[in-house]
Amino acid sequence: MEFFQTLDYMMLLKAFVVGGLICIVGQILIDKTKLTSARILVIFVTTGVILGGLGIYKYLVDFAGSGATVPLTGFGNALAKGAIEGVKQYGFIGAFTGGITAAAGGIAAAVFFGYIAALIAKPKMKKQ
Amino acid sequence: MNSSPLDTKQDYENYVNSKSPNSPILKNCFNAFWVGGLICTIGQLISSYCQYRGLDQNMSNTIVSIILIFITAFLTSINLFNKIGKFAGAGSLVPITGFANSIVSPAMEYKSEGYVMGVGGKMFTVAGPVLVFGISASILVGILYLIFNTQSIIIM
Repeated sequence: MEFFQTLDYMMLLKAFVVGGLICIVGQILIDKTKLTSARILVIFVTTGVILGGLGIYKYLVDFAGSGATVPLTGFGNALAKGAIEGVKQYGFIGAFTGGITAAAGGIAAAVFFGYIAALIAKPKMKKQ
Repeated sequence: MNSSPLDTKQDYENYVNSKSPNSPILKNCFNAFWVGGLICTIGQLISSYCQYRGLDQNMSNTIVSIILIFITAFLTSINLFNKIGKFAGAGSLVPITGFANSIVSPAMEYKSEGYVMGVGGKMFTVAGPVLVFGISASILVGILYLIFNTQSIIIM
């Protein structure tokens, strides 16, 4: 296929390494601090928002592509970037509309597919 | 000795630490690294394909999120994702797959409490805080940007 000839394999490697490293940070947090997974998710998203707001995270996105956008820090970065874009475009009200607009696809998909999946799934009682 | 009541919180913590097995952190990190890396590589593959088809970067990233969330929801509903999660730890938790799993998993678990308050309500037990903190922080970022133009000050 023509697509695989144009594919940037270096980018795939960078996505693999950077994405993996971000996950290692999460794994160290889990093993060393005994934080619940909910808190870890909150920490990653909030870190992403802060780094995105400071304009630091976009360098990582430029470098590693999906290696930076797929982890939850990237979700936070999208929220922050959206809020800033919103402010640039609409002023004060943009701070409220921009963030969720940027992350709307992910949030809507998670809610919709989550509900559908729960409807069709047969809950398995914990037998471990 | 072990069954005697433990007086202080510190005693209890020491006791729990001595009993809970030390998780092999290097092995966990290695598994988290390659599973997390693999998920991001799949994302990059989808994103590259979208850009090859002429979509812009933001739209490509959104499509990557939606596809990964769909796959996770499916794998969770057939009880496969918990197995991956047990093996990979943060490798499947930190990418957007962990967010999707955190929505589907409680939704499935509380199905017996009904479709509105059970599935609809409990699906946000973990994802709710994530959205609350993420969205609130992003609004603060927007307001701070409005006041200070943060980016130009810190980067320049």
